[in-house]
Amino acid sequence: MTLTGNQLPPPRRLRPWSGLERRLRDVGISGRTLVIAAPAIWLTVFFLVPLFVVFGISLATKQFGRPPYSPLLTTEGGTVQLTLHLSNYLKLFTDPLYVAAYLSSIRIALIATIITLFIGYPMAYAIARAPDKWRNILLMLVILPFWTSFLLRVYALSGFMRGNGVINQILAVFGIEPLVMMQTDFAVYVGIVYTYLPFMILPLYTTLVKLDTSLLEASADLGSRPWQTFLSVTLPLSLPGIIAGSMLVFIPAIGEFVIPSLLGGPETLMIGRVLWDEFFGATNWPRAAAVAVAMLVVVVIPILLLQKAQDAVVEKGK
Amino acid sequence: MRRGWFLPIAATLGFAFLYLPIISLVVFSFNESKLVTVWSGFSTKWYGELFADEQMLGAAWLSLRIAFFSASFALVLGTLCAVALVRFKRFRGRTVLAGTVSAPLVMPDVITGLALLLLFVGMESTLGWPAGRGIVTIIIAHTTFCMAYITVVVQSRLSDLDLSLEEAAMDLGATPFRVFFDITLPIIAPALVSGWLLGFTLSLDDLVIASFVSGPGSSTLPMVIFSKIKLGVSPDVNALATIIIGVVALGVVAATIIGLRGSSKVKRA
Repeated sequence: MTLTGNQLPPPRRLRPWSGLERRLRDVGISGRTLVIAAPAIWLTVFFLVPLFVVFGISLATKQFGRPPYSPLLTTEGGTVQLTLHLSNYLKLFTDPLYVAAYLSSIRIALIATIITLFIGYPMAYAIARAPDKWRNILLMLVILPFWTSFLLRVYALSGFMRGNGVINQILAVFGIEPLVMMQTDFAVYVGIVYTYLPFMILPLYTTLVKLDTSLLEASADLGSRPWQTFLSVTLPLSLPGIIAGSMLVFIPAIGEFVIPSLLGGPETLMIGRVLWDEFFGATNWPRAAAVAVAMLVVVVIPILLLQKAQDAVVEKGK
Repeated sequence: MRRGWFLPIAATLGFAFLYLPIISLVVFSFNESKLVTVWSGFSTKWYGELFADEQMLGAAWLSLRIAFFSASFALVLGTLCAVALVRFKRFRGRTVLAGTVSAPLVMPDVITGLALLLLFVGMESTLGWPAGRGIVTIIIAHTTFCMAYITVVVQSRLSDLDLSLEEAAMDLGATPFRVFFDITLPIIAPALVSGWLLGFTLSLDDLVIASFVSGPGSSTLPMVIFSKIKLGVSPDVNALATIIIGVVALGVVAATIIGLRGSSKVKRA
């Protein structure tokens, strides 16, 4: 007897977790639910809820005691009273310190991101175009600093840029006056570029390495100059990588604390540092919470942009 | 395609920028003088000083324990999350889960730290747990952000995975449970190892979040280093950095070699 196509049993629908599912269903939960629920519950309790708590505390006021803020709900003679203070937010908009800190954070993060892009793009492109045996080694060299301590890299940079540091010693050999680099905004830019460069290079590399070289050849054959090909073919095709890399630098840079406090000067105003001082220095927890909420509002659009771009990078990578 | 001179030069300068500060840090850790930038002869005395520093050693031990537990918990949660996102295409709240798990990747540390601290304080006053802050609260905080990184690493490996292997095992009658442990897990093992290591180093490195959620008497290594370099240069920090960089470099180089061998094996097969 021969089997023909329509005599074959219909293909079983594959559901990888059905067995575990059956076992756990006896106890009342499906395996699928368990796999989803464990991380979902953890993230809800320790990531989403805390963000709401921050919002709640930002509507309290500082008071002495433990915890050092006023309760939102008070019961007095059988009535529950909800007290919301908007003073922290009013202060954010009226005190020039906060407004200036937000603006200067955005400016510093933006400029640093652009510099990182201009340094990172050629590097990513060079790695993507490197011969196969070199490519993995170069990639490893990009990733290596990412694995070493962030704090220690900032420290290394400070040793490089300080008054009697390596750069100024090299300049001295050529008889050039020492430059004041530390405790300036310049040092903060260098710090951000230095520490976040791998974040820029990796997504750029992912999009550039998948770039169809025949498109470039076609463009060249049709008489485009290399820079025209770059502008009209390479650049648009690597746009998801540009956006993803830029957001990966821009978002954490806005809230950066370590770099401005170790490399920047006293007048380097960044919002992460303001929040830190508000919390640890002034122990004004509600004010710090309001600063955090406002910072969240600033980064939420870049975060959404990043997620869109990352999906595109992953799609391109396939 | 024409190979220009621009890309190689740009890449060389870029790598020089990335590596020169680290190299100078390592070189000056062997410097005789306390001035970390003026060379005055070879010496290993800062290493001796480092290993005599009780505070530094205590903090290092605390940080290593925190990193071990955070990376391990995050590995379990992150792998589950990756499986949920890659294998279950449709479930309620999938977009929320996908968005929430990647948000800690870019969330500024000061926000994460403050948010978790306020949560812990609120929980303590309403639920009575956690009583005080210290190693437990730091592990919870680190697990949360390490989990995000591990999910990304495992997710990319899982979505590259050839489904036909799992399907073949299922057809041969393996239960999904067995399929996961006998087929899926061995294949994604390299991603699990690198995910765990990534979590470990990230936890070991975190200053900001730990500063918020730690209590008195639980200063982690980055907190001790930060207060030291805030006061000025200290050559024993150079010595410590050299040890950490050495260990990391060995690990990454070894992993790359193993990875290259693995991929060439796959190509040959």
